[in-house]
Amino acid sequence: MVNHDDVRYVAGLAKLKLAEEELDRYAVQLSTILNHINKIAELDLDGVEPTSHVLKLTNVFREDEPQSSISQEAALANGPEVEGNAFRVPAIVRK
Amino acid sequence: MDYEPVIGLEIHVELSTRSKMFCGCRVEFGGEPNTRTCPVCLAHPGALPVMNRQAIRYLGRIALALDCRIPERSIFHRKNYFYPDLPKGYQISQYDQPFAVEGGLSVNVDGETATVGIERVHMEEDTAKNIHAGVSGRIAGSLYSLIDFNRSGTPLVEIVTKPHIHSPQAARSFLNRLKNTLQFLDVSDCNMEEGSLRCDANVSVRTVGDQELGVKTELKNMNSFRYIEKGLSQEIERQINMLENGERIVQQTVHFDVVTGEISPLRSKEEAHDYRYFPEPDLVPLVAAADFIAEIRGEMPELPADRARRYVSEHGLPEYDARVLTSDRELSDYYEESVSLYGDAKTVSNWIMGELLAYLNNAGVTAGECRVTPTALVELLGMVKSGDISANIGKEVFTGMCETGESATAIVQRKGLTQISDTDELESLIKQVIEENPSQVEQYRAGKEKVIGFFVGQVMKRTGGRANPQVVNRLLKERLAE
Amino acid sequence: MNLLRLTAMEALEMMGRDELSAGDLTGAFLDQIDRHEGDVAAYLYVNEAGAREQAAAAGGRGGDRSLNGIPTAIKDVLCTEGMRTTCGSRMLEGFVPVYTATCVSRLAEAGVVNLGKTNMDEFAMGSSTENSAFGPTRNPWDLDRVPGGSSGGSAAAVAAGEAMWALGSDTGGSIRQPASFCGIVGFKPTYGSVSRYGLVAFASSFDQVGPLTRSVRDAALMLQHLVGKDPRDSTSVAHPEEIVIPRDQDLSGLKIGIISELSGGGIDAGVREVFQQAVRTMAEAGAEMETASIPHAEYCIPAYYILAPAEASANLARYDGVRFGLRAQGARDVIEMYEETRSLGFGDEVKRRIMLGTYALSSGYYDAYYGQAQKVRTLVVNDFDAAFREFDLLVSPTTPTTAFGLGERVDDPLTMYMSDICTVPANLAGLPAISIPVGLDGGMPVGMQFMGPAFSANRLLQAAHSTEAAVAFDRVSPLIEEQD
Repeated sequence: MVNHDDVRYVAGLAKLKLAEEELDRYAVQLSTILNHINKIAELDLDGVEPTSHVLKLTNVFREDEPQSSISQEAALANGPEVEGNAFRVPAIVRK
Repeated sequence: MDYEPVIGLEIHVELSTRSKMFCGCRVEFGGEPNTRTCPVCLAHPGALPVMNRQAIRYLGRIALALDCRIPERSIFHRKNYFYPDLPKGYQISQYDQPFAVEGGLSVNVDGETATVGIERVHMEEDTAKNIHAGVSGRIAGSLYSLIDFNRSGTPLVEIVTKPHIHSPQAARSFLNRLKNTLQFLDVSDCNMEEGSLRCDANVSVRTVGDQELGVKTELKNMNSFRYIEKGLSQEIERQINMLENGERIVQQTVHFDVVTGEISPLRSKEEAHDYRYFPEPDLVPLVAAADFIAEIRGEMPELPADRARRYVSEHGLPEYDARVLTSDRELSDYYEESVSLYGDAKTVSNWIMGELLAYLNNAGVTAGECRVTPTALVELLGMVKSGDISANIGKEVFTGMCETGESATAIVQRKGLTQISDTDELESLIKQVIEENPSQVEQYRAGKEKVIGFFVGQVMKRTGGRANPQVVNRLLKERLAE
Repeated sequence: MNLLRLTAMEALEMMGRDELSAGDLTGAFLDQIDRHEGDVAAYLYVNEAGAREQAAAAGGRGGDRSLNGIPTAIKDVLCTEGMRTTCGSRMLEGFVPVYTATCVSRLAEAGVVNLGKTNMDEFAMGSSTENSAFGPTRNPWDLDRVPGGSSGGSAAAVAAGEAMWALGSDTGGSIRQPASFCGIVGFKPTYGSVSRYGLVAFASSFDQVGPLTRSVRDAALMLQHLVGKDPRDSTSVAHPEEIVIPRDQDLSGLKIGIISELSGGGIDAGVREVFQQAVRTMAEAGAEMETASIPHAEYCIPAYYILAPAEASANLARYDGVRFGLRAQGARDVIEMYEETRSLGFGDEVKRRIMLGTYALSSGYYDAYYGQAQKVRTLVVNDFDAAFREFDLLVSPTTPTTAFGLGERVDDPLTMYMSDICTVPANLAGLPAISIPVGLDGGMPVGMQFMGPAFSANRLLQAAHSTEAAVAFDRVSPLIEEQD
């Protein structure tokens, strides 16, 4: 049901690097799980409203009042790679 | 064959709220990197967004000003993609239930008014800023990037037009009009250099009369209206050439190089966009009930068209003046303040439309940036009105004020420009002029009354232009009649 | 006296009467940690020095704070400022939060002693705590079995006498299932009643923080301090009624439905027997016990395993190696950095769920999976609404089996998922639910689950407390027993 290429596509979207044999293993496992999940296809769901949230809340706001930020030092403290006052990442577009 | 361009615009507006969209960090441009962040806008584990009420009010103002329909319920979605400037790995945005839809903004193109349809107006959050290290400062070819999260989470409103624009000039007019409206709404400073107003354009061409749309390309992130106009012209030309040569246009993003003026396709992304939108579970729906809309309506600032109408009906200005004065928020505010200090609207308008605008255009500054404040202008107008200086001297003084920033009084005193209205002083000068020009006296007395101008000129010359022309006129007529 | 047998309520009373000091109490738990942590492995971090300091301070301050000196374990899914918080993941190894979760702050303000951070399935994804990147926790009743999950560390700590009580989180059963496996009480509050601020998100529309305790009254006591609207969590609400500590009374006047779909065929015979014995005891204590139905119960697992992984796939996108946590070295560009970091940092189950969720949301599949699952969620909500028009509360076994053996299900994700069958419905509908131990099957504890309408915590706690008293299950794990 889910094949090797589907898994490769999804892994690309999710930014997971999977080896060839992992792609196969996930294809089997995801198919097994989806096979069970497909049970919901039995149901006639026409006209049923979707629920994305069980709470009936609406319009929850905060006032536009600035609060103090964390210090630059604290912001950068957990950074795996920091240069000067900023987070550093490898080239976004590789040559 | 005749071709017709079809253009749709996507405008992103950073709102000028005090704090960010979903957290209390301050909204400001620039500053030391990573000093305005917190667990929410850095997307630390466990942090949650809470909506800024003011941002939603601003969004409401925009929607109302653009004549949109505001559905009662709108919701937020997560737009999923990975990019270093997107800390959560998704952007909180709106998708199939946006805040506002189906609006329009009327624009003047070549003397004709046309309405550009607005497809949707929705709320989202801005990303952080990538600084590309390397020679060019551009993304391609840089070895690494540095990320500053100060901008992360700034409230951002997206405005999408319908493909109702049919020339690059019209696109520019629309953008000018939109920017002006946004500035009157007090919701954004619309500073393009600082990125608080950004625009993408979708453009395609088709043969005139064709109902189907052609294949479109996207011009992204252009940072001035002038470049948008130029870029669109270039792209339209490129597309027409391709069609003429029987080539097929490919849907892609293109880059307009403002230096070379050339269009080049951006490398197509390796993967298709699959944003996997789904409802944001950390936020609750936004319900724009009647009272909420009424509240926003109640606090709507006056829009340019309304101001123009008021200038005509209450200030008695000609429509032309009213339109010019309301074409720019700062100019209009300048005018309003001056009128409130001075009173005589038409005089204020004349000076602003004449002297001030000429100076602003020349110097390339805005009304708000001008050294001559409304208070300073009104001081000058008072001196002209009281006869301390002539109108012509007044113009000279105004130029001086713009250049040095000095007050009118200071310049007049320094340069000794006070008008001479003293009859005794003028009488003796007039006596001299009459004595020295007997033939002109003859002509005048023979009925050639225009010659009076010659005598006025002579008196002016001898006073360095400081003589009060009305007084000189009266005295001359009296003497010549003798 | 074996201090490890005390409930928090009893300990507070003793401290109030000066019969016990906060220092001695915390000391007793730290000693137990010393003795058994090597086997049980309930903690990822023991805050030994900090706990002793807090206990000493609590002693000085006397009983002016309502939870003064109660030794508390905190699931490592909750952010603690200045104290490592890993979520059981390599991805967050060494991560030190800059802020503290609201629920942790609330307990700290009430005076609890923080014993440390407990082990869990990575990012709360799992039912056995075997998915922790730092090794499994073992069940104090039988060290060859799992403690359940994902709050397995918290449940095991309480059951082993390594904590007086603990905080856990429950997305599909992660408080109730380990509580059931470890013979203790676990309460999942109504969605929205406890702030999620600082709870590392797994599935945002399901996650709730709640107590794992030795008694129902303790659960009520902790819950009193947890509930309340938090301005930092848009989905939090004020609990409509104050949480009351249940009193001793019988079950008369309560009409309780036994969910047929969750107490029949899919449940182990031994578990069913203990459960049915408890049902009879409840009837004897005055409850009107009748069969009830949640017609769409069998669709809960499928719907949950679409919706929760979908939300998780987005919630876990922030682990990208840019601002905190792990970063794989040597990547030549950003994409490579993402892919290598995430492949290195996430374990198998987390990857599996990210893949599942990404797939369910991806272009062309959204309507068939995510969209349909949301509709199933509506049907489940409606099922419960209908049931609660007839019944005050609903009951079922908490889990289909007792604690299974370590390693028994690791290679079989679907079977593992099925162990949530009884607990997931309450998460789909956002309802409060509690698990209490009602007996043993083959020497292992069996839990009974009570579910109530939204915000019915008081009714639920009162019924659970009365049942607890009627059933009189007074067994503790051998690790506590041996200190008698």
